[in-house]
Amino acid sequence: MPLLEVENLIVEFPTRRGLLRAIDEVSFTIDPGEVLGVVGESGAGKSLTGAAIIGLLEPPGRIAGGQIRLNGARIDTLSPERMRPIRGRQIGAIFQDPLTTLNPLYSIGRQLVETMQTHLPLSDRDARERAIQWLEDVGIPAARHRIGAFPHEFSGGMRQRVVIALALCAEPRLIIADEPTTALDVSIQAQIIALLKRITREHGTAVMLVTHDMGVIAETADRVAVMYAGRIAEIGPVRDVVLTPAHPYSEGLMGSIPSLEHRVDRLRQIDGAMPRLTAIPQGCAFNPRCPKTFARCMTERPALLPAGPTRSACWLHAEAAPHV
Amino acid sequence: MSDIVLQASAVTRDFDISRPLLQRVLSGEPKRTLRAVDDVSFAIERGTTLSLVGESGCGKSTIARLAVGLYRPSTGDISFEGHPLSAARAQASLRRKMNMIFQDPYASLNPRWRVRDIVAEPIRAFAILASQKDITDRVGQLLSQVGLSPADGEKYPHEFSGGQRQRISIARALSSEPDFLVCDEPTSALDVSVQAQILNLMRDLQQRLGLTYLFISHNLAVVRHMSDRLGVMYLGRIVELGAGETLFRAPRHPYMRLLLEAIPDLAMVGRTRTPVGGEVPSPINPPSGCPFHPRCPLANDRCRTEKPIHTLIETTEIACHAIAEGRA
Repeated sequence: MPLLEVENLIVEFPTRRGLLRAIDEVSFTIDPGEVLGVVGESGAGKSLTGAAIIGLLEPPGRIAGGQIRLNGARIDTLSPERMRPIRGRQIGAIFQDPLTTLNPLYSIGRQLVETMQTHLPLSDRDARERAIQWLEDVGIPAARHRIGAFPHEFSGGMRQRVVIALALCAEPRLIIADEPTTALDVSIQAQIIALLKRITREHGTAVMLVTHDMGVIAETADRVAVMYAGRIAEIGPVRDVVLTPAHPYSEGLMGSIPSLEHRVDRLRQIDGAMPRLTAIPQGCAFNPRCPKTFARCMTERPALLPAGPTRSACWLHAEAAPHV
Repeated sequence: MSDIVLQASAVTRDFDISRPLLQRVLSGEPKRTLRAVDDVSFAIERGTTLSLVGESGCGKSTIARLAVGLYRPSTGDISFEGHPLSAARAQASLRRKMNMIFQDPYASLNPRWRVRDIVAEPIRAFAILASQKDITDRVGQLLSQVGLSPADGEKYPHEFSGGQRQRISIARALSSEPDFLVCDEPTSALDVSVQAQILNLMRDLQQRLGLTYLFISHNLAVVRHMSDRLGVMYLGRIVELGAGETLFRAPRHPYMRLLLEAIPDLAMVGRTRTPVGGEVPSPINPPSGCPFHPRCPLANDRCRTEKPIHTLIETTEIACHAIAEGRA
């Protein structure tokens, strides 16, 4: 059974100019121990999906439809009081900027101990020992001596390690990692990704990895969801989505990334930009930029259809399939 | 006469990071300096792109500013088209031949100016065209050149997306008819599909107008796509400098190899790797000897004490004892 099930999730923002639909019927599942990568360009709705799952949507944004289930039980309808023990204990979160995630006035040891004691019945001494253990686990040298240190005494990479320890210390089943390496330099990024992969494998934690960096996804994820204008354009095993994408948007996206392996004269480019939420086109939201549009794309919105090993929201796949 | 547009010879730039005088005197501290750029030399040939790549704090943006004269070197010389840079900056006819494109297209355009005035500013500043009609025509032409419409000149920057704003920055940079553009992370703030549009545009313009680029980026894949020659920087020094393709196909310096090893790439689906440990040390307290030695798998006692000098190996300049001694 999947650990997390998101079904037809809709997130809306009421504004003076009417209701904006930022996430539009998004469905996916994550199994225990699985890493699902969520990619897309700014404004595609990746981070909002993560925020909706951990119950941290900024008002006036709200879940307007669909269900989110953790271990089969709905969590989208819980009150903030009942959601709080789930956040941390069942679902951990890692955000982009390690400096704003950590409280600058508390030592990192105190932050770890407090988080663990909120969720687990631990004595002060046990919690402290475990905190040291976690810091060693995430690769902080001389953890026993540095447990009393404050966030500003650590470098960016070391801080992000502390954030990972903080997200994992209550042993949640699911981690939502929103751009965990974007603020870091490449050599540090590689270390953090390797760490995240090792720890989640050892503890059997499932991960939803939100990022715009396709390279990070290619190396880390088991499956990938490509988002465009609040919807999933394509979802499937990482190898298929990255190397032989079925949706014209995923194809354009992968082609527009310069490669380290070989040099091309011109990068493939997708003309135009993602539509604003106030001006989502009729039919398929990608139709103004798509090189393969035909009549049906202009009027009807495609649902996810099987396209080989992946599922892709594109009428091309309906045309190829036998009519029913 | 060789056709070198920009030449930097042994350029060093220090910044004073001492505390205020009174505090310093009271606590008996000496003056402290940060060496952001340390003994850097390079030359850029006309019509080509030299890229500088490295992690944060390696001094690449300081070089960008040195190259257009926004900073003066502490020691060493920079020359532009054969003239010393300070003399070239003093002369409008040479100064207009260089321009800059910045990273953040939201911060680099004045939000209260119309696009036509933003693009026309260098034309007016250098008095390249006199009549209003000529300026309007030229602005329209520049906007078309970067893939916008002449009618967009009437709008304000907030009406454009990040990619379109970067096109406006490019149009402005081109309006003084420069030969040489310094591009400091021009696509880092953009999404990948828009990044591809801007990189393609920059290469088209280079071919059409014969532009020379100094291209600064932390993204190796982007750099590979753009450069003819490439310099890899670490803690203020260029550690490897050579033809782009050579550096990517056969990297020599241990740092370049580490970088190439560390970068996630689409071709890496399902592969796992052993990441390299350590972090970039603080430039305030750089390590002795070769600055890379604390992270280098090939470091020995000589690397810890003696700064390596640049040696030409085949066509690549490398600063590494291990390679010079044949240990790697």
